[in-house]
Amino acid sequence: MALLTVEHLQVNYGVIKAIKDVSFEVNQGEIIALIGANGAGKTTTLHTITGLLQARAGRITFDGVDLMKTPPHKIVSMGIAHVPEGRRIFQQLSVYDNLRLGAYTRSNPREIADSLASVYDRFPRLKERRNQIAGTLSGGEQQMLAMSRALMSRPKIMLMDEPSMGLSPLLVSEVFDIIREINEDGTTVLLVEQNAKKALSIADRAYVLETGRITLSGPAVDLLHNDQVKKAYLGE
Amino acid sequence: MSFISNLIGGLSLGSIYALIALGYTMVYGIAKMLNFAHGDIIMVGAFTIFTAASSLGGNPFVAILCGLVTCVILGVLTEKIAYKPLRGSSPLAVLITAIGVSYFLQSVALLIFGSTQRPFPKLFSLSPIRIGKDLVIKGESIVTLGVTLVIMAGIMLLINKTKIGKAMLAVSEDKGAAQLMGVNVNRTISITFAIGSALAAVAGLFYGLTYNFIGPYTGSMPGIKAFVAAVFGGIGSIPGAMIGGILLGVIENLSKGYISTELSDGIVFAVLILVLLIKPTGLLGKKIAEKV
Repeated sequence: MALLTVEHLQVNYGVIKAIKDVSFEVNQGEIIALIGANGAGKTTTLHTITGLLQARAGRITFDGVDLMKTPPHKIVSMGIAHVPEGRRIFQQLSVYDNLRLGAYTRSNPREIADSLASVYDRFPRLKERRNQIAGTLSGGEQQMLAMSRALMSRPKIMLMDEPSMGLSPLLVSEVFDIIREINEDGTTVLLVEQNAKKALSIADRAYVLETGRITLSGPAVDLLHNDQVKKAYLGE
Repeated sequence: MSFISNLIGGLSLGSIYALIALGYTMVYGIAKMLNFAHGDIIMVGAFTIFTAASSLGGNPFVAILCGLVTCVILGVLTEKIAYKPLRGSSPLAVLITAIGVSYFLQSVALLIFGSTQRPFPKLFSLSPIRIGKDLVIKGESIVTLGVTLVIMAGIMLLINKTKIGKAMLAVSEDKGAAQLMGVNVNRTISITFAIGSALAAVAGLFYGLTYNFIGPYTGSMPGIKAFVAAVFGGIGSIPGAMIGGILLGVIENLSKGYISTELSDGIVFAVLILVLLIKPTGLLGKKIAEKV
């Protein structure tokens, strides 16, 4: 059974139909890429999964539970972490406070300390700067913090929205390496990216989203060699 | 000597403004709205204590507790009924609603208690403190200042050291991101309104003890001045509200003592204009870049 299933999702922004009909599924342990142009509905899809937006119709099921009937603040504790577009770390709080907020739904202090230690292990920079105000971090460090903050909830699945946005090519590669590592450690990943080439290179399967509909789907390797995808998203 | 007693009177008056300003600034920080009905919560608090003290056998602590509970319930209900449905709509709509709530509370008080000022019960018999030959400090001033300082320390601890405090900071910075952390945004907003209203009840108590008379419009002038204090200190900033409130009280009282009683309010507002001309974000306000 799939971990996350989205069926015939429809989402409106006022009168604008942002998502017309989107269905896909994410299995345990996979990296799934959702690629598409600006405005195709990728971010809207993620926001609807985590309850920041209300769907007009359709079904979202996670681990057998209907997410559309779950209050937004309970969704995190079910095991879904969302690294939003633009990172949205708490700029005025310290690095440490940001990480602690990531563990907001957890209560065992020892387990939280363990997660913190493993985050600091993976990102020594964050440990060095733990008392620094997060807004003063560089773009790359902020992306690391956003991912670490999400990891602090010990998620089963991580939704990542444009993690490469605004980063230098070197950092982009680093971010994708980290995503792969997180996945190898057992976390399922749903990745939204405009950088289709990078996304397809680490994903198991992918879906192409065009103006609110899924137009193409399949193993990432196949899409990487699909003429249509090459022309529209890989710039070849 | 008269300078010191004026100063202490000012600190005590400023404490009342600071308590009210804290409510303004916390609600502004979290809900991004100016709750112009906040001043009238003070009036409701004062009248509840007045009624409870005269009907429940006169135990001052029971009366104060009644005032606190009533204000907390009123504050939370106001948010749920009047402001929550408008979340996400234009700030002007919320502002007008808040002014409407303010008039509503004043009118209800007018219907129940009439327009004549009522004497506020002397809940505690506090003897003035005499230092030296001619320095006399009112006992109420000392209590007001002392309790306010303790409350401020408590608020700072709550905000900076507790989980709910961190959640409040997170919600005030980015509601959506806070929700993605699993913070219950609605509950956090309710708690903020509850704390602000409880502080208003305490302010109502001290206002009654200081001025001895209360009426349906008791809350409006302190409310406006506390709003000024919050803007003066930097709206959204908690230490700013504390400093702004206390400074405002001191400026007002010293103006009364040395310049003119009639002009004191004018001087207070002139200082606000001056501060905003020099530092538009207030004393401790942060400059927030508008996100596009």
